Amino acid sequence: MNKKGNTVFFKNAPCVTSFAAVCGSKESAGIIGGYADITLQDDMYGESTYEKAECKMLSTAISIAIEKGGYTESDIDLLLSGDLLNQIISASFAARDFNFPFLGVYSACSTMSESMLLGAMMVNAGYVQKIVAATGSHFASAERQYRYPLELGCTRPPQSQWTVTGAGGCVISNEKRGIKIVNGTMGKVCDYGVTDVNNMGAAMAPAAADTIMQHFKDTDTCADDYDLILTGDLGALGSRILKDLTWEKGYDISEKHVDCGEIIYKVIEKEFQGGSGAGCSATVLNSYVFTKMQSGAYRRVLFAATGALLSTVSSGQGESIPCISHAVQLEV
Amino acid sequence: MTGKTRDNYNENYLNYVKTQDPPTQHFKNCASAFGVGGLICCIGQFIRYMFEFAGLSGDELAGATSIVLIFLGCFLTGLGVYDRIGRYAGAGSIVPITGFANSVTSPAIEFKTEGWIYGMAAKMFTVAGAIIVFGVFSGVLVGLIYFIL
Repeated sequence: MNKKGNTVFFKNAPCVTSFAAVCGSKESAGIIGGYADITLQDDMYGESTYEKAECKMLSTAISIAIEKGGYTESDIDLLLSGDLLNQIISASFAARDFNFPFLGVYSACSTMSESMLLGAMMVNAGYVQKIVAATGSHFASAERQYRYPLELGCTRPPQSQWTVTGAGGCVISNEKRGIKIVNGTMGKVCDYGVTDVNNMGAAMAPAAADTIMQHFKDTDTCADDYDLILTGDLGALGSRILKDLTWEKGYDISEKHVDCGEIIYKVIEKEFQGGSGAGCSATVLNSYVFTKMQSGAYRRVLFAATGALLSTVSSGQGESIPCISHAVQLEV
Repeated sequence: MTGKTRDNYNENYLNYVKTQDPPTQHFKNCASAFGVGGLICCIGQFIRYMFEFAGLSGDELAGATSIVLIFLGCFLTGLGVYDRIGRYAGAGSIVPITGFANSVTSPAIEFKTEGWIYGMAAKMFTVAGAIIVFGVFSGVLVGLIYFIL
């Protein structure tokens, strides 16, 4: 059976054979500091603009992932990547550094799981043999695009999140080694009417709930069957809402659920809800979580990153925030 | 959270989210704004006294005081200090003229990477533009009212 509901099953079990993450200075002080491949002292990464730094982080994460798997550039068939900047310039310019085809994808902060889902589909079907799925984000470039200039003296509301400076990527291959991707659930756009751009957690939680519960239904599993249910950047508030939404429908995920945004920073200051951004789930997954899976600490993980599909134009026009969540099931 | 139908699911969810939102500490925010805003005004007054002592008066006095305050706002923005003050003080640092200076300087710094003309110069007033437009507009309105009265 190839597909049930919105979940696609990968009978040829494409595997994550290598992974890499680059993270910024603030992130390296937290949980992923000891697991990321490169931690930056300076978030400019030696470049003249933040956008160039973001691109360099992504490009570096891709290169290191390829190298760690024992591959060369000629072994890789395709790059699936995206990012938060307009016209996904970080991913496009990073792809310029490589000699393999590039298919750009975008689902905001859910880009990591979307690119893994699509990559696994392609490898499973046999169209390609080895692909790289990667994404990243940078606090400064995201702030510039979505919010206010960095030096502006304005307060942050308590629900707001901090965009992660970091990039992560993995090689998905048809080889039978590494971490298996057994299936993936394609997300539907969910919009529960939240208009507050500072409250992404509340906007995205329904999408995460929808995809996770759809996944449970399609795979005939429940929270207890997993060691970890990992969401991307719901933050503390979004995680609480997610647990309530799934509880209401009879699924109790409270024991297994962890949110990358909640754990990524060492101290959750009173003023914000944790990390966000495409780089949030990408860095945590491609350093901490995969390392733990390789060592056997987690055997079965459901990774469901969430993304808010808004733009400055849509929110300026008073629209609410539609969100999406794509999920992949990982096993060793 | 219960009783969700297609028509009212938004409202139910939004009401639920409101109950879950971490509370904004209004009293603390107001107190910080009051304290820092007041302090900036006191500094401004002190500068004015200094200029008055130096012999300035009338328009020149007001102009000189404003110039110094605007300079301080820009300078602290350039040093990366003003946003930290703003994070704590909120309206207390946005409302005085130093806040206006900050709102012009910060995009100028930010958008320099996109060039002097289309980047820095064009984008300099992305935040302050609204202040200027509505400030001028309200001036016109008040002028009209005075004229009619």
